Amino acid sequence: MNEPLFKTGDRVRIDDRTPPVHHRVPAYAKGRVGVIERVCGLHGKPEKFIRGDGEPRQRIYRVRIPQQELWEEYGGTDRDKLDIEIFEHWLEPAE
Amino acid sequence: MSEPWGPHDVGGLDAGPIDLSEHDVAHWEWQIDAMIRLALKRGLISDFAELRDGIEKLTPDDYESSTYYERWAKALAYALVSRGVVDAAALDEQVESVRKRQEAEGVA
Amino acid sequence: MSEHHDHDHDRTFQPDHAEPTSDAARLGLALRELLIEAGHYTADEERQVIEAMQGASPENGAKIVARAWTDPGYRERLLDNGIEAIKELGFDLQPYEFTVMENTHDTHNVIVCTLCSCYPRALLGMSPAWYKSGSYRARVVREPRSVLREFGVELSDDVEVRVHDSTAELRYMVLPQRPDGTENWSEEDLAKLVTRDSLIGTQRELGQ
Repeated sequence: MNEPLFKTGDRVRIDDRTPPVHHRVPAYAKGRVGVIERVCGLHGKPEKFIRGDGEPRQRIYRVRIPQQELWEEYGGTDRDKLDIEIFEHWLEPAE
Repeated sequence: MSEPWGPHDVGGLDAGPIDLSEHDVAHWEWQIDAMIRLALKRGLISDFAELRDGIEKLTPDDYESSTYYERWAKALAYALVSRGVVDAAALDEQVESVRKRQEAEGVA
Repeated sequence: MSEHHDHDHDRTFQPDHAEPTSDAARLGLALRELLIEAGHYTADEERQVIEAMQGASPENGAKIVARAWTDPGYRERLLDNGIEAIKELGFDLQPYEFTVMENTHDTHNVIVCTLCSCYPRALLGMSPAWYKSGSYRARVVREPRSVLREFGVELSDDVEVRVHDSTAELRYMVLPQRPDGTENWSEEDLAKLVTRDSLIGTQRELGQ
């Protein structure tokens, strides 16, 4: 149950849902594909903290996305990256 | 890009130059900060997530016209009243009493 | 443009609101009075919490950086497990995962929390006003190089820019590059070179 679903290097897609509760996925990251940069620890899900106790804990991952894929007309280099922390329940495998 | 979820969801939006001026934290802001930490410690609220939720529910106008600590104060009030830790009417009365005291002191 | 890099010691008091007379500020004060009256906490406890928070400052980050610069083993431990490594120096940021990002000759890291301004406050003290601003949070993820330029940081195309959005339970600090010509400097003197902005990533070069 606590074993990570993903490992460093896996390609993942960030879900693009918009649940009507507190969630910590910025609009710019929704629906994006990135690569797991590192597997982090278990933490309470933001959605569950409202009136709940944050359980069950979920795995967080840092997901790395090339900036050129995130923004039209990105003004930097094609090696520039954006790293963002995402909970496991927002990720699915991507090709 | 997906629609921003709330007024807080600003990553990637257009915005102007960044104001680089320094602003020290006023005493009352430290008091808000301490109040949040103590409220968490005493279990009056469960987590910062609860307060972030309150901030995210502010209207865009309210969000944008409030300073950082004003937002946290509003979120904390919302959380504590919702949870029944603080009575809404009592809070209104206390706000009025703060206002009167400030006026008497020539602060307001 | 460079003045703000040395703000750590010389600046005038410029509170956003010197007197808490806005509705929201009064709401906060009123709430505080009710909580204290109801016995949830005391003014004394409040004072202690404020003092503890005021004790945190970028100097803590500077100590960590100076240790990492002088002790390669420590640097590795810091990059591998920030939470455990800072405990060696008497710091603790739990329950957050303290994560250190190292700048190199061809990478530059910059930190933001687009959703609300999360920052390792218990370690580094209060975040700068600009860090909390809508402009910084909106723009640094999408146009980091032009934002950095506003801070006086010019990066060539040889340098990869990495933006870290602190969206969950990680709290970040940048490990800046050690300036040339500081070999044999004491940790204490090295720490004095480290500024708040270099720990966030809006400064790259540290002066001497």
